[in-house]
Amino acid sequence: MTARVLIHLPATARRGEVIEIKSLISHPMESGYRVGTNGALIPRDIITLFTCTYNGEEIFRAELSPAIAANPFIAFFTTATESGTFVFNWSGDNGFSATETAALAVE
Amino acid sequence: MSLQMTDPLRSTANRRGFLMRTAGFAAAAGIASALPLRASRATPQAMQEAIRKILGEAVLQHGRVSLDVPPLVENGNTVPLTVSVDSPMTTADHVKAIHIVNEKNPQPHVISVTLGPRAGRASVSTRIKLATSQQVLALAEMSDGSFWSESADIVVTIAACVENIP
Repeated sequence: MTARVLIHLPATARRGEVIEIKSLISHPMESGYRVGTNGALIPRDIITLFTCTYNGEEIFRAELSPAIAANPFIAFFTTATESGTFVFNWSGDNGFSATETAALAVE
Repeated sequence: MSLQMTDPLRSTANRRGFLMRTAGFAAAAGIASALPLRASRATPQAMQEAIRKILGEAVLQHGRVSLDVPPLVENGNTVPLTVSVDSPMTTADHVKAIHIVNEKNPQPHVISVTLGPRAGRASVSTRIKLATSQQVLALAEMSDGSFWSESADIVVTIAACVENIP
């Protein structure tokens, strides 16, 4: 299953500028506490870990619980130091894994 | 009834006392009637345990953290939330981690975020689920080992997690 991913960040930034990165991924985030039509619990299916690396260095990490809403949205800040590539990675239950990259040019 | 529970925050002392007692009774009745439906649910005790697990031996202090969340939400399935921490974010003094815990969802833990001085600004936004009206607590772990917190009470009119699949 491929998940749809949206990343929003400025294309260029001045050196030392603090920029905001917004990420959104399509995922049901099934909590494991809901009951289906057959009366049985729907098994848990969530994203448990989100990481962001910049030129290979991890700059942000989030450990998610079932209490995160469906289609997890996470926004955070980072300092633009040099031009490079962000790699975003989501992983979770049932072997879920998604990766997205975004480039930033620093002037 | 849930609307009444918000009133104590804005009313005078006398009215507050009366409403608190009313709300307490209503809450007790609500929990009793909800029990057969919800076998597992976090309690304030579970929240305290989750906080203790995050803190370790450290002492939790109030302040430096701001928790931006609507006081009344219609849909508990997606509640926008922003946590900002007052910190210079330098190598010597920065926020190492931000944790969010809740009081009455099935699990107290919501999210744990790891930051560094590189973040520039200690601020994180996300969207969470809330099973019922409750308190949400944000904790910030500083590079000097201290913990700071801020809490917010949220009234939810349509709960998450409890609806059945059609």
